Amino acid sequence: MNVQAIVEGWAAGGAGPLGIPGPLVLAVTKVMLVVGAVLTLVPGLIWWERRLLSWMQDRIGPNRTGTITFGTKIAFRFFEIPLPKFLHNRKIRTFGLLQPIADGVKLFFKEDITPATIDRKVYFIAPALALFPAFALGGTLPWGASHVPFSEIAGGLYHILTPIADVEIGILYVLAISSLGAYGVILAGWASNNKYSLMGGLRASAQVISYELGMGVSLACVALAVGSLKMTEMVRAQEQPLWGGLPAVQNWFLFTPFGFVAAVIFLICIIAETNRAPFDLPEAENELIAGYHTEYSSMKFAVFFMGEYAAMFVLSGVFATVFLGGPNLMPVNWAYLADAYPAARGAFEGMAWVNYWLGPLAFLAKCAAGITFFIWLRATLPRLRYDQLMTLGWKVLLPAAVANFIVVGLWIVATEVYGPLGGWAAMLGAFAVLGVLYMNFAAATKASVLATGRRGVTMVDPSPRRSVKMVDPNKA
Amino acid sequence: MSGNQIVFIVLAAIACIGAAGVVVFGDNPVRSALFLVLNFFVLGFLYFTLGAQLLGISQILVYAGAIMVLFLFVIMMLQQQSAFLRSTESDGRGPIAWLLGATMFMTVGAAVLAPLGGVTGSPILDTFGTPQSIGKVLFTGYAWPFLISSVLLLVGIVGSILLAKRKF
Amino acid sequence: MSYQPIPTIDWWAIAPVSIVMVTGIVALLIEMFRPNRNNNTIVAVSLVGLFLAGLSVVPQFSMPFGSSFGGMVVRDYLGLVLQLLLITVCFVAFLFSEPYLREKRIAFAEFYQLALWASAGGMIMVTTENLLMFFLGLEVLGIALYCLTGMCRQELRSEESAMKYFLLGAFGTAFVLMGIAYLYGPTGSLRIDAVSIAVASDQPHFVLMALFGFGLLLVGLCFKSALVPFHQWTPDVYQGAPTNVTAFMASTSKIAAIGALIRVLAAGAPLVSYWFPIMFWVAILSMVVGNFAALVQKDVKRTLGYSSVANGGYMLVAVLAHVQAPEKVSLASTLFFITGYGVMTMGAFAVVSLAARDGKEGTRFQDLHGLWHRAPFAAGCLILFVASLIGVPPTVGFFGKMFIFNDALAAGLLPLALVLAVTSVVSAYYYLGIIQAVFVQEEGAVKNESGRPQAGLNLAVLLCALAIFGISLGAENVLKFMAPAEDGRQPVAERTVAQR
Repeated sequence: MNVQAIVEGWAAGGAGPLGIPGPLVLAVTKVMLVVGAVLTLVPGLIWWERRLLSWMQDRIGPNRTGTITFGTKIAFRFFEIPLPKFLHNRKIRTFGLLQPIADGVKLFFKEDITPATIDRKVYFIAPALALFPAFALGGTLPWGASHVPFSEIAGGLYHILTPIADVEIGILYVLAISSLGAYGVILAGWASNNKYSLMGGLRASAQVISYELGMGVSLACVALAVGSLKMTEMVRAQEQPLWGGLPAVQNWFLFTPFGFVAAVIFLICIIAETNRAPFDLPEAENELIAGYHTEYSSMKFAVFFMGEYAAMFVLSGVFATVFLGGPNLMPVNWAYLADAYPAARGAFEGMAWVNYWLGPLAFLAKCAAGITFFIWLRATLPRLRYDQLMTLGWKVLLPAAVANFIVVGLWIVATEVYGPLGGWAAMLGAFAVLGVLYMNFAAATKASVLATGRRGVTMVDPSPRRSVKMVDPNKA
Repeated sequence: MSGNQIVFIVLAAIACIGAAGVVVFGDNPVRSALFLVLNFFVLGFLYFTLGAQLLGISQILVYAGAIMVLFLFVIMMLQQQSAFLRSTESDGRGPIAWLLGATMFMTVGAAVLAPLGGVTGSPILDTFGTPQSIGKVLFTGYAWPFLISSVLLLVGIVGSILLAKRKF
Repeated sequence: MSYQPIPTIDWWAIAPVSIVMVTGIVALLIEMFRPNRNNNTIVAVSLVGLFLAGLSVVPQFSMPFGSSFGGMVVRDYLGLVLQLLLITVCFVAFLFSEPYLREKRIAFAEFYQLALWASAGGMIMVTTENLLMFFLGLEVLGIALYCLTGMCRQELRSEESAMKYFLLGAFGTAFVLMGIAYLYGPTGSLRIDAVSIAVASDQPHFVLMALFGFGLLLVGLCFKSALVPFHQWTPDVYQGAPTNVTAFMASTSKIAAIGALIRVLAAGAPLVSYWFPIMFWVAILSMVVGNFAALVQKDVKRTLGYSSVANGGYMLVAVLAHVQAPEKVSLASTLFFITGYGVMTMGAFAVVSLAARDGKEGTRFQDLHGLWHRAPFAAGCLILFVASLIGVPPTVGFFGKMFIFNDALAAGLLPLALVLAVTSVVSAYYYLGIIQAVFVQEEGAVKNESGRPQAGLNLAVLLCALAIFGISLGAENVLKFMAPAEDGRQPVAERTVAQR
């Protein structure tokens, strides 16, 4: 049976297996494909992080779990099973890939401690709230091309299967759901009734709020350039000729000047959103013990853990979609090359189809690259201090994102009015002007920071009536 | 009963529970804030059912996602100092407030809900509530109020900085 | 891509508001680039900006009246006069603010930016027939004022008053917003004449909803213009806020709110039989409660706060007279009285601000003792302001009340006219108390020579004093200038109804 025909039948409203309405089956299938992928890949992700970190730190890491060394027979108490000859004295290596499963089993059987003085309902809801956004985020991600090669209209298999919902507000949906991710952390911190946890929760809320702005504005730059908030439209826009002039290469936004700035900002912001190092202040081990999940043990802790990794995975997918050309294998317009070089037409057409059918794999590869980058950063950078975190978010990323936004706007207007060359001139000019302005602002800010120091701004009320009363323990 | 009505009733019920939870159940400010989050979140879905995608997602993004996080931040900070936000003593005002509130609700409800009795769906255009149509309106007919609202935000920012300045 | 045709923009109509807003932003940038300096540059820039804004209003008197931006900005006599007045009030407030702020050790540059934006908010409120714009203006004005009220953080009273103002102000705003929602619901119109549309639709439900919405809108507006029974915040907030903020707030928010109230009441003409009796009693209560409560106050700013409630009542009488009989009574006397009120309130509070010394501020009557010695000129002018507030004949206060009295009689509102006259007489008692505190009593043992008036304050007081005489001497001409009924320019009440 042809998979495409079956799926098209479901989409058209035909009956699915067991007489369940086709659209319903299709919807469940779409959701399962995303959630299933996230669920199955998260353990691998954990393994990859541990191994990669080890290598970077000149260790070995978990490499043994699941390694089976065979003898000549398996001996039980009363009988033996002889093994086939080719297994004698052989080792089967899994490179420690089974380690996450062992970890999972361990966590599952650990004692589940619930502290006595917690806010029970909120305490139990919090891990669920941490996990939910990570899975829901994938709702608008297209992991396959929306159209088959050599066609401008939507077609093929993937446009039915992905994204789960191709809504007009795709990118806003990502922002909205990722902003909800903070609740799990905040509530866990609050409900634990533990000072360290509360500090973690407070830090998380401040951090998420600060970095959401830069994230939103950097995505707005891209949305402005695309002219739509739809994720599929964003992928389509990246399949256009590079810089509007090089038809052989795709216009991945990472390659455009404004897109590069936006990509850097967005990348930093998603690291902060997922509370990963160097932005892991909410769970800073050496200051806050484990921050918001100090009081969570066993599977409840595992849920937090999984939520964090799932969010990493899906946000890497968002990055891949918005800046790295989505499910395209390489930034090459095969269809154009096939037309331009008829001699090698067959090869290019073949590549175009390969590009189409391997789309999901390419997408996964980009996610993996993103995750690797996350891990690399974790191994490289020390944790930020709290004020550095705030300064980076508010004084660097947000202004840079807004300046970038202005540049994109200017570029679009100038392109509409003066043509592509004018657009480029406007963009470069705007970058230059904003750069000079930024230098001046930076100088002024530096002066004003010094001045503020002299002024002695105290945000906390230092008056004596609120200070802690010291009680002499001998008298009390 | 049509599917629309069922969806609406379910969402509206959750929204009402959320709204009631903010003020009625218990006196824990964090829980009240959480109910408010629930209310905002479901309100976003109500907007979706009306076809107002952008409004709905903005509701979730701005209110449920950003503003309520700030609310929680403030509540958690302040609760370290004052555990008792609500006095527990009861006087005669409670029943009177219930009575007046119920009267008000019924009066307004009778006037407002009656004409909406037969409505089952919203007759809207396909482009209603899309980012494109809202953007067009915002940057043409409503450009001036749009600018004013940006000044409103600026006032808020500068004002809060003024209030956060040092004491002498 | 398809483009919308760019509509022709009436730049003049938005020029005053834009200039004031941009001035605020420029002031903000100056503060950013020159932190830790004194505010003289900012004051100078703000004054120049306000002057330019005033200049941009003047030529509009001779331009064709009407609305632009789809009714969001409207140009008529009411709006232009009130805009000019708001600009002037802000100008005068800036003249005397800096020395006062320094004396209280709260010379933050944010005062100027927020006050400029608050003025812009007020100017938006009085020049729009769109409820959305009206709401935005209200919020810009309100939020800026909440923050300014709590500006003096070393005084608990200032923080308390900011809190009260914020909570009750937000409460009032919620009423306004709900009212707008109920007006928008049945009509789908955000224009101020949504009431007329609802009534014209002949659907009883729509009329009910519009009536409910209009009622909520009126409640919110009464909150904002401090009319009884929604006045409770007024004395506390007036007392707690720094005095220059009180002066600014007393004038600006009252002018803007009454300006908006005029338009809303005029637009509510189709429902007049429902709301008129209520507003009638609101006016009476405002005058009675305001004046009688002021009698027992021991604090100058509280006294002036209640006096402001009473003055709101007087203004409401004038508005009601106009709405009752638009063909006989023009808005001229309302505008005349509001102008006079703005000038004399600014002047009185400017003088009262001299009570601040060494970062502290006493505002009880005894804190004003001996002011006569410290600041003879300002104290002398205070006599004038108080005389005008009482309504002594050659002053603007007298003419204002007289015009309103005549209007009320012409519109057949005899009870209102009588209450106005009687309560004005009562008010003389507490106003004279202020004079007595300043002139008759000597300062106690503690003499402090700092806190002498500065040139800016003297200039501000002088301007107010001159205005009081100038307006009253040219009362006929001013009234004629403010009378919009001629040459085809309809009064607001008629125009709004006619647009239906």
